[in-house]
Amino acid sequence: MEILVKKYAQKLVDAGLAAPSGPGAPLVGGLDQTLVWNTTAPEIPMLEKIFQHLNINSLVFLRPRFPYDLIIRFLAGRALKSGGAILPRDCETRTFLHDLPVVDQWDIHAIVQALKQRKIVIIQGNARKNGFLAPAVIAPGTVSPEQGFVHISSVCFACFVAFFNNYLAGLKTGQHDPEMDLVFDQVLPFLQNGVPASPDLMHGPFSREIDVYTAMAQAGRKIVDYGLVDSYFGNLSCCWNNTLYISQTGASLDELTGCIDPVPLDGSSTAGITASSELTAHLETVARTGCRTILHGHPRFCVIASMDCDPAQKAACAFSDKCHTHCPVPRHIGSVPIVPGEVGTGPFGLCNTLPRACDTSNSVIVYGHGVFVTGKIDFTQAFSSLVAVETLCKNRFLEQVRHLRHA
Amino acid sequence: MYGWTGKIARIDLTRRKIAVQTLSPDTCARYLGGRGMGGFFLQPAATLDWDHPDVPVCLFTGPLTATAAPTSGRCHMVSISPLTGLMADASLGGKIGVQLKRAGWDGIVITGKSDTPVGIDISDNDITLVTAKNLWGMTTDAVHQHLNPKKAGLACIGPAGENRVRFAAVITDRYHAAGRTGLGLCLGAKRLKYILVSGTGRTRVKDPEQLKKARQDICRLTAASPALMGRYGFSRMGTGAMYDLMDNRHMMPTDNFSATWFGPAKELNAAAYARAYSPKKHGCRGCHILCKKISTRTSAGTAMPEFETMSHFTALVGLQDIDLVTAANQRCNSLGMDTISAAVTLACFREITQKDFTPASLLALLDDIALDRGEGKSLKKGAAAYAGSMGQPDAAMAVKGLELPAYDPRGAYGMALGFAMSTRGGCHLRAYPISHEILRKPVATDRFSFSGKARIIKIAEDSNAVVDSLIACKFIFFAAGLEEYARVFSAVTGQDVTAQDLLAAGERIYYNERIINSCRGFDARHDDLPARFFTQPGTGTSQIRVPPIDRAAFLQAKAAYYAVRGLTRNGLPTRTKAEQLGVPWKSL
Repeated sequence: MEILVKKYAQKLVDAGLAAPSGPGAPLVGGLDQTLVWNTTAPEIPMLEKIFQHLNINSLVFLRPRFPYDLIIRFLAGRALKSGGAILPRDCETRTFLHDLPVVDQWDIHAIVQALKQRKIVIIQGNARKNGFLAPAVIAPGTVSPEQGFVHISSVCFACFVAFFNNYLAGLKTGQHDPEMDLVFDQVLPFLQNGVPASPDLMHGPFSREIDVYTAMAQAGRKIVDYGLVDSYFGNLSCCWNNTLYISQTGASLDELTGCIDPVPLDGSSTAGITASSELTAHLETVARTGCRTILHGHPRFCVIASMDCDPAQKAACAFSDKCHTHCPVPRHIGSVPIVPGEVGTGPFGLCNTLPRACDTSNSVIVYGHGVFVTGKIDFTQAFSSLVAVETLCKNRFLEQVRHLRHA
Repeated sequence: MYGWTGKIARIDLTRRKIAVQTLSPDTCARYLGGRGMGGFFLQPAATLDWDHPDVPVCLFTGPLTATAAPTSGRCHMVSISPLTGLMADASLGGKIGVQLKRAGWDGIVITGKSDTPVGIDISDNDITLVTAKNLWGMTTDAVHQHLNPKKAGLACIGPAGENRVRFAAVITDRYHAAGRTGLGLCLGAKRLKYILVSGTGRTRVKDPEQLKKARQDICRLTAASPALMGRYGFSRMGTGAMYDLMDNRHMMPTDNFSATWFGPAKELNAAAYARAYSPKKHGCRGCHILCKKISTRTSAGTAMPEFETMSHFTALVGLQDIDLVTAANQRCNSLGMDTISAAVTLACFREITQKDFTPASLLALLDDIALDRGEGKSLKKGAAAYAGSMGQPDAAMAVKGLELPAYDPRGAYGMALGFAMSTRGGCHLRAYPISHEILRKPVATDRFSFSGKARIIKIAEDSNAVVDSLIACKFIFFAAGLEEYARVFSAVTGQDVTAQDLLAAGERIYYNERIINSCRGFDARHDDLPARFFTQPGTGTSQIRVPPIDRAAFLQAKAAYYAVRGLTRNGLPTRTKAEQLGVPWKSL
């Protein structure tokens, strides 16, 4: 447990979600027979009470770093004035977190009640009331601190997407307000950081299996380094020697060593049962396009852009509450198609929409979810495409905002 | 009440009397249903011999049974195990659970012993004891064919249950075995050949719209689960999909757990069965996963073996013939025997006698066990009793008398702890750590470490006690969690309940089982693994080392588990903890 609590605290810092020290440093606790923390902090006595009230073995506490603090504070404040929960519509929240409950005080009863029902709780309320600095997010786990890390990371991602999606929609419909403008303006410097040029990745074609594993691990690390995925979501694959090598389900892309499943294309083994949820989509795409590599990331502005819809068109649409599964309109950002589809292989799974879209484009955005890009030889082309699509979506978003605000 | 019918039938086979008992809302809330409710009704008989007439066989549905809740069609049987001496319980698939609930019963509690073979026929409120003399001696297939239940649910025993095979199974609706712990013999000892149930009612649901939404959330999660709905998941390939995984992870029990890797395994996997048998999907009522597979080609209509059976009838006993596995599976189901216990007992026999099997000799021994002939007379008592009688108790790969399933604990230390601590003996399902140690859900844990595992196992045991009591299928918890099922529970019952509230009920249910077992003389001495896991390595590679389990680390984890569970250092429950949990106290 000592190793795990330190590891996931550091990962939160590395992901840019937490400060390395001070009141913004993450707190991670792990309980087997005894409770251990990654550090000491004044909040720990209160957090230890949560362990007494819940049947859990781990807990992560985070005061999100800029810009997530501003965004979460804004959304949580609005949530407290309505139903008490933030309701992002992105795929991760819809599938795994459902909604994001908010409590208005640093109070054990309120926190425990929320955590009895959901995987996370956001503490908002009056900043510095009772000396507590809001906002903060708490996420427990029953197996490993990794659960808390993943869920908090997802909260930050979901809130980021939700805010900018709401903001753009608000500008289009005239429903934005000065408070939203203020948050946007404060966050804008963060958005203006450019995406660095694509890294130098291992060149294919690969001649040995070990090179496939190495290239995948390298590409996975770079996707995380470039901020093109949050927590452990996202996946990648490489087709070599009639086998699809694919990252395992729940594998952190920056820790792929030992977490890649070889799946024979002839179906002679079921070892792919631990492969990514999107195995079927990868296999179909490889079969249809002959590509050798696939990268799937969750670049934020691709997700935001995918959910951007003309308000008049949306108002008239019969599927306006089912955009993620039933969007009937062929939509594109530039030449990149946007398709509906849920995680996995259900009747509305993206395995039914994505591979066909890959016939005509080596980059495809899945509504509210992320981007799939393919490569013909190795990961170089695919990675470049991923960066390019995110840059395109971000520039388009900023241009839209600039235009709408001036208008 | 919503969810529950609030009514159970008490059936006394000695006096041939049937009484209706109402359940209080408090009892329902505290023990939920299924395994929890069965344990509640079993506890007063905790000190009796397993075949004492007053020891009940309890069959309970749960509050979610016969609703739109995903995978809620199962029911649970509870008694005292003739194999282990512990509390016995197993989950029954098929449609009998749904039918029992639709007939208006939360459960039935069967006591006494009939003079002559008997069946219980339940049709809504009418419960009739029917002579089964004409069925005694029949295989489960023959009983099914004879009674022709159609839409009704049927649970029955085969010759093994009649001939006192201690690992006799109960077979429901032809294809579904409630195999573990010898419940078939519990019925056989009461001379109860079958239970046939049909119902026309409906479970009352408080908030159908909320239930629909909660169901959608769960179905979305299952669709995202590779293990359940993925190309190589249980829905497409059956539980046999685990076979390649165990091979790859070098934790396939081989040659009676003397090795952990089986050379021919790649030719004996689920894909091989798919090629040979072109199986179609089948499943329990109310399930959308449909993990059961039925052959459409060779031996059409035959159930495909589950993963445990595939593994144990190949690697464990030293054979490599999928047709033999299918035949052995069919033979066990037809005769009414647990495939896991049967295979482990045969592997023990092979090790002790040093006689290899042929497919024919193995099938013949299965017949001998069920029909109480030849060497079957000693093998029918299970691996531990057989090995003990042969003066080689260490050859029995069992925990507390229950033969081990197809996960070698040297390859998954949570599984090692789970096997040892389980209230029903060597069982993988009580804590089901395969979820995180192998399938990476909800997140992956280090399978070669005990770090954190004591509390992980305890929480999982509580969670699975809830699952067996609601009732839902454990498989769906590879994707969903109690968070989602609490919403289902609230929608069905109208009670505002959280996942943590359900876990508290699970802890109560589990502690009650510890109390029952302590009344039967079980303590820390029995919470252990066979010695070879601590002394002999598994079959590793340069990349995957499979050393013996560190005994000191295991004992440390065991002590931590006792502390976390609220047991004494001798593994015994305490009155104080029982009172804290609201469990009736009982001691030797």
